[in-house]
Amino acid sequence: MTEGIIPLWAQAVVGVLVVAGAFIALLGALGLVRLQSYFERVHSPSIIATLGCWFIMHATILFFSMLEQRLTLHGLLIAMFIAVTVPITTIFLMRAALFRARRNGQNVPPAVSRVVSSEPAAHDDAEHGGNRY
Amino acid sequence: MSPYFVWALTLALFLLVLAMACALYRLLKGPAAQDRVLALDCMYMIGMLAMLVLGIMYSSTDYFEAALLIALFGCVSSTAMAKFLLRGEVIE
Repeated sequence: MTEGIIPLWAQAVVGVLVVAGAFIALLGALGLVRLQSYFERVHSPSIIATLGCWFIMHATILFFSMLEQRLTLHGLLIAMFIAVTVPITTIFLMRAALFRARRNGQNVPPAVSRVVSSEPAAHDDAEHGGNRY
Repeated sequence: MSPYFVWALTLALFLLVLAMACALYRLLKGPAAQDRVLALDCMYMIGMLAMLVLGIMYSSTDYFEAALLIALFGCVSSTAMAKFLLRGEVIE
């Protein structure tokens, strides 16, 4: 703790926001442990990237704005960056997992493109009929 | 700063460490490679949040650069590992 002091109400808001964000992060990580299959598990860390990250980002913005007596929006940079990159990463991981499950012969939906599957896609759709996991 | 504020930040750090332990459990146990990559993805995000909380705790903006770098490299490494799982090589 250093010399800068922020008002008490700001301390309360920052404290609540930080604890809420950390709790959300714990919730997402617990989902990673408790959910059964990979395709359920891939959903749970996204709450860290959205709600947890935005809680702590708002706490950072409020705290440093109060501390330096001016508007400091550098926390927004991280939140924006996370909001852009995490969906891309998740989609990549999801496609990799689907590809591997399909290659291992597990019961997952057929490929939409015809590159992976050797059978025609229309035949695949007619046979399996949509989203079976 | 009021002592409650310090307690709240310490509690938040404790919760984040607990969350990181959960992700570490999945990283070590994960039945398939994609589970491990997902757990690592989760861990770097929690580490980034911990950096931001540490920055508030020590009233220093230096931690912000560390958090930004973790976010940057975490994204790149997760994408590279997903690409590796998909194709067996990173750069074709």
